[in-house]
Amino acid sequence: MTLKFPIYLDHAATTPCDPRVVEAMLPYFTEKFGNPGSRNHQFGWQAEEAVDTARHQVASLIGADEKEIIFTSGSTESNNIAIKGAAYMYERAPAGAGKPRGHIITAIHEHKAVLDPCKRLQKEGFDVTFLEPGADGLITADMIRSALRDDTILVTIMWANNEIGTINEIRQIGALCHEHEIIFHTDATQWVGKMPTDVNRDNVDLLSMSGHKLYGPKGVGALYVRRRKPRVRLQSLVDGGGQERGFRSGTLNVTGIVGLGKAAEIALAEMESEGRRLLALRTKLENTVAGALDVVQVNGHREKRLPHITNISFGFVEGESLMMAVKEIACSSGSACTSASLEPSYVLKALGVGDELAHSSLRLSLGRWTTPEQTDYAAEAIIKSVRKLRELSPLYDMHKEGIDLSKVEWAHH
Amino acid sequence: MAYGEKIIDHYEKPRNVGNFGTTAEVRKRSDVGVGLVGAPECGDVMQLQIKVNQSTGVIEDARFKCFGCGSAIASSSLATEWLKGRTLDEGLAIKNTEIVEELSLPPVKIHCSVLAEDAIRAAIADYKQKNGIASAPEKAGAH
Repeated sequence: MTLKFPIYLDHAATTPCDPRVVEAMLPYFTEKFGNPGSRNHQFGWQAEEAVDTARHQVASLIGADEKEIIFTSGSTESNNIAIKGAAYMYERAPAGAGKPRGHIITAIHEHKAVLDPCKRLQKEGFDVTFLEPGADGLITADMIRSALRDDTILVTIMWANNEIGTINEIRQIGALCHEHEIIFHTDATQWVGKMPTDVNRDNVDLLSMSGHKLYGPKGVGALYVRRRKPRVRLQSLVDGGGQERGFRSGTLNVTGIVGLGKAAEIALAEMESEGRRLLALRTKLENTVAGALDVVQVNGHREKRLPHITNISFGFVEGESLMMAVKEIACSSGSACTSASLEPSYVLKALGVGDELAHSSLRLSLGRWTTPEQTDYAAEAIIKSVRKLRELSPLYDMHKEGIDLSKVEWAHH
Repeated sequence: MAYGEKIIDHYEKPRNVGNFGTTAEVRKRSDVGVGLVGAPECGDVMQLQIKVNQSTGVIEDARFKCFGCGSAIASSSLATEWLKGRTLDEGLAIKNTEIVEELSLPPVKIHCSVLAEDAIRAAIADYKQKNGIASAPEKAGAH
């Protein structure tokens, strides 16, 4: 098979729609265009049936009841509804009462779609603890336990990190939260559809997910809201027609929802074999690169990681020039949301990765149509590019001459 | 980032890559001036070395190494091209704005040209210091 360029290795940013998903969606643009809120005719009934099917498919993927699935526009919206909605519902004192409104626990290397709602709540009078991970990037139940307070109302910890793929101790954190009657939300955008999920076994109260990370369309996602033990209540942020149990008013995105449902069904059926396949590809990719180059670091916990994401730092080369050098590989330096800026990744900094390594890291994320030929090519391209840039790098020369770069007095700007 | 042709050309075929010896060797050479500017945590380090004809004061050769983005590599590569054949004073006359113009650097990359100018000044200052030539009162590399 001949390779087509560029090779897409950025599936943690977004995935292509599976053709089976597109096929399922198509009738709902044209002949079956009804509004599921129309109760009086065939068109509405057809649309409602399609949404019900999708709700069942999504619920099955995460071990939930259909009634617990709220369709949204994606994880960012799900996170906002969950975090702000829970904070306002469970607050200890209303705004303006001059009393602390309640305590929330999250982590500094969460996605911006979790951090920014938390920061807004902080401005509005809630206390927020931003936990710092260790060098392996993990957030553990012990870390949560030591941050708990009498007035803690919400814990929000992502299931798996988008930049490094590390997997947090969700089941244990959930158990701890239930023991203390604290609502537990997890941003599972990178996790769901890739790894087995059971909201009951894993003690999750609120879970955010996105369609376009699991071979579904963009602009659609879901929020799981637990209905039993405990029954989670949320203050709605968008008022209107009262769709989705009042949690998210607005006419349903039927085509998107149908696509999300089909994507969930496929992900569930193919999860196990696909996970094994991707893990083998990633392991070979990492071993090839690390075997050929010195001063290479795979970031985050080596085992507790999603099988399809790798984040590798290369000493003595700079990230943007490395991206230019591997231009046949579509990948990411840091997360896609931050790679437009010149700052090193805040996630890698949170792990204590030194600035010079945080500046020069690539996130490669494999997907459903990634082939061994593609990952082999990528490994060779990366090795060649790093070697070329190290030929250019004064830092690599100094390293080889035995100069300790941390002891050099640099001319800072 | 979408770069112009000239940046890509310098990035893909950098001119005058290298040095005139190890850090310890060039420190001892009075005909070589070394400028090392930037910092790893800022994402840019440039090393510029000039080899000067000590009787004429003309820069006969220049080499660079650069840890940095495509614009930083292109800026330092261009600096070596421009330095060759110039006197020290002519070298000092190179302005970062000329580098910006020549390479069509995007606004967020102006600092790369500033760093290249700093590297030129630092290399010339190093040569002058080694040879007991008084520098102009201007402070090199200060921002």
